[in-house]
Amino acid sequence: MLLTTLLLLPGAGALFLALLPGSRRSAVAATALIFSGLAFLCSLLLLAGFEQGTADMQFVQKIRWFDVAEFHVSYHVGIDGISLFLILLTTLLVPLVALSSLRVAQIRGYMICLLTLEVGMLGVFMAMDLVLFYLFWEVMLIPMYFLIGVWGGSQRIYAAVKFFLYTMVGSLLMLAAIITLYYANGAESFDFLQILARLEEGAIQLSPLKEQLLFWAFFLAFAIKVPLFPFHTWLPDAHVEAPTGGSVILAGVLLKMGTYGLLRFCLPLFPAASLQYATPICVLAVVGIIYGALVAMVQPDVKKLVAYSSVSHLGFVVLGIFMFNVEAMEGATLQMINHGISTGALFLLVGMIYERRHTRLIEDFGGLAHSMPHFSLLFMVITLSSIGLPGLNGFVGEFLVLQGTFLERPVFAAFAATGMILSAVYMLWMYQRVFFGEAKNPANRELSDLTATEIGVLIPLAILALWIGMQSSTFLRPMDSSIEKVVQRVQQVRDSQPVRVDNRGN
Amino acid sequence: MEINTLVLLPEIVLSVTGILLMVAASVLGVGDQRKLAWPALAALLAGALVVLLQWGQSPRLGFFGLVFQDNFALFAKLLLLLATASVVVISKHYLEQHGSNFGEYFALLLFATVGMCLMAASADLIMTFLGIEVLSISTYVLAGFRAADKPAEAAWKYFILGAFSTGFLLYGIAFVYGSTGSTQYLRVAEAISSHGVSALLLLGMALMLVGFGFKAALAPFHIWTPDVYEGAPVPITAHLAVASKAAAFVALLRLLQQVLPDLGVQWQAVLWIVAVVTMALGNIAALSQFNIKRMLAYSSIAHAGYLLVGLTAHNGPGRGAVLFYLASYAFMTIGAFAVVQLLGQQEERYLSLNDYSGLARRHPFLAGTLSVFLVSMAGIPTTAGFMGKLYLFAAAIKSEFYWLVVLALLASGVGVYYYLRVIVYMYMREAQAEMPSVGLPLPARLTILLMVAGTFWLGLFPARVLHLASEAQFF
Repeated sequence: MLLTTLLLLPGAGALFLALLPGSRRSAVAATALIFSGLAFLCSLLLLAGFEQGTADMQFVQKIRWFDVAEFHVSYHVGIDGISLFLILLTTLLVPLVALSSLRVAQIRGYMICLLTLEVGMLGVFMAMDLVLFYLFWEVMLIPMYFLIGVWGGSQRIYAAVKFFLYTMVGSLLMLAAIITLYYANGAESFDFLQILARLEEGAIQLSPLKEQLLFWAFFLAFAIKVPLFPFHTWLPDAHVEAPTGGSVILAGVLLKMGTYGLLRFCLPLFPAASLQYATPICVLAVVGIIYGALVAMVQPDVKKLVAYSSVSHLGFVVLGIFMFNVEAMEGATLQMINHGISTGALFLLVGMIYERRHTRLIEDFGGLAHSMPHFSLLFMVITLSSIGLPGLNGFVGEFLVLQGTFLERPVFAAFAATGMILSAVYMLWMYQRVFFGEAKNPANRELSDLTATEIGVLIPLAILALWIGMQSSTFLRPMDSSIEKVVQRVQQVRDSQPVRVDNRGN
Repeated sequence: MEINTLVLLPEIVLSVTGILLMVAASVLGVGDQRKLAWPALAALLAGALVVLLQWGQSPRLGFFGLVFQDNFALFAKLLLLLATASVVVISKHYLEQHGSNFGEYFALLLFATVGMCLMAASADLIMTFLGIEVLSISTYVLAGFRAADKPAEAAWKYFILGAFSTGFLLYGIAFVYGSTGSTQYLRVAEAISSHGVSALLLLGMALMLVGFGFKAALAPFHIWTPDVYEGAPVPITAHLAVASKAAAFVALLRLLQQVLPDLGVQWQAVLWIVAVVTMALGNIAALSQFNIKRMLAYSSIAHAGYLLVGLTAHNGPGRGAVLFYLASYAFMTIGAFAVVQLLGQQEERYLSLNDYSGLARRHPFLAGTLSVFLVSMAGIPTTAGFMGKLYLFAAAIKSEFYWLVVLALLASGVGVYYYLRVIVYMYMREAQAEMPSVGLPLPARLTILLMVAGTFWLGLFPARVLHLASEAQFF
């Protein structure tokens, strides 16, 4: 019931907003904040009631949605250690985004989009029925499309349509794969856990070719969302053109839906295919890490720089997932949260300076440290968190990924490690050009520092960055069992594989 | 043989009302003609009520063995009657907007509906032909109801090509009769299963497919569609796109799966190709349309392609899926045309995408509801369009038509682009010129809201209708 309440709260908020007159801005803002805040409180209850040490789904609720004419779809939600923090991240970011967007035009439509988006994102992380998952996965495109297209920058229409088409077309084949799995399951149900259990028992047998095709159908949808190089081209457009709130949600949560999908569906459902194609996927991940970092380095626009840095950071996550060991996978999962916090905060910071100066070009800035000390300090903390300074959150995730990668594929680890160095280069170089030196442009000398609201938006993220960095075990322990289960599933198949290869040889 | 005239009760109600309307139209004054919408609406709703009462009765043959009364026919009739009822409501406002006074309009709509119901229930090739003719002749006239140049062209085109296709159909029927010795569905099926397939029979089937291809606007027989849809009055376009297409599909489905199941391999191969070509052509041609009526015309061709996927599957779920999709399609398409009709205004002046710029500011209600219909056509979840596609494609996957489904999904991916483009114009662009504001009469508003409700109802709680659709099996 708790999960359903969590889903309904933002939905109810959106409905309530639809009934409010759009001219009453403060009432609209208050409603959005109250409902998203309640959702956050509700998600804290999840954290309080979460039981560690089990890989089973928790807070499960399963009711029949419709069983007609051999179609059996259920409303089945549940969370485990993998989804717990992603849900918390979502419920935390949405009220912060709402708080940072109090000055947007047409605030009612904006908040409705934001809250429906929250429903979609939460649904993706808790859906345990494949049709339900697909429903949330697709439906959240609509509010995001409106956020970019209506409230975005000058190229917003192009960016919105590109975003929508890329992700929608990418996931179409996944629908075919879901239906195929359903019939492989004897047309009994779309229930993910049931299908998974039967695949593990061998009650459902997929031919190697079928498994590979299904794997690619799922993988393509997730890889575009992540985005894995070379499917990343929608990302810079969408991130840069989206309004600040849209960018925060895009980078903070939406990208994680791709990596979450890989971890939740691709690996456990199709372990043999995952193993088979791990090498080319890891190559793409490493290429993405280095390519993203190099392109970020030469960006004249801060927002674009942060956007490309996402390509680089998400490369780490994919690399970690496809190492199939506990260290790398936990690192990857933690890195999803870390990236949500640090890049979300970076987009918020960029948005705050853009509101003051109406430019994002690095060359227009310089010497901000004098006029905006609080802003500079917070920007520094987040920058350091993003480049993985020990003691802050980014370090733990990336270190675990690299450690796990060294165990399996040392060469990949060596290349990936350059990504960490490069990230320090582009972030610190950018920081230096924006904040240090003399304020040559008079406009930079008179900038006002952060308001209390803005600080209030950023402080929770900064504290989290520090907390995860200092006490990472608090965040890693709840994941242990769930991650181990995924790893075991893949390892079992790997151990049994030589036999299968022999059979095929005969 | 029992006469069982009661089987035809809905058709009788409609025919009698239609004749009475004709008489009334000649008696009533010029200003009162539009009021005939109400008796027409009442007759359609009464017909729907009769259909509901007939639902679930044991299937039987009626009217000298010429029509079936099975749940399949009843489901289709209910759909056709309700779709026409909403078209009547839209039409009333359309005629007011254009100052037209033609009482025959509603009579013709009723006759067209009688033809469609006969097509859905037909148990004999002659009856199928009769139904098609009744429908066609009524719609030829209706398509030309606008008093400008284009409609005449549209009506002519429709008439010439329609007459041509009827020739094909009739020729096909003759061959089937020649090779099986009967025109009765059940006897033809029996003859085929006992005597096997002959070349003559295949020729007959091919010719009939061509005839139906015209009626259902399947590629490569779709050429007339955009011109006729553009030229006809908006409510009639909606009627052509929804009801007449549905009737053609239902009749085709019955013909192929009840009469010619033994030729399954042959027609499945043909339909596979026709489906892919229809989906591809419809979606790709729609990309370059900036007139909303033409765009919806091509999109309706694409949707016919999706329906063919379910037909090709040739299984129980596929039949249910086709019926379910027809219902979903009816909600979203009638809704979309209702909005288009309101915005078109007098002489249908405002139909270009540019006229939709900034609509969200001027008419949030119309922009919002049109978006719902478009999103549903694009097949995004929580809407009827998604559920419909899910069942259609699932049925095809059940019959292991994997590539067909993959191609269908890719085609629908292309479709997303032009549906979204309308939303782009409405929400993300500024109005380019001052546009006259649009009145929102209550019946039109209610119709649109009903269609929105239906779109979400089938998208979120499809169980009930799906259950009916899956129960709607043949005699």
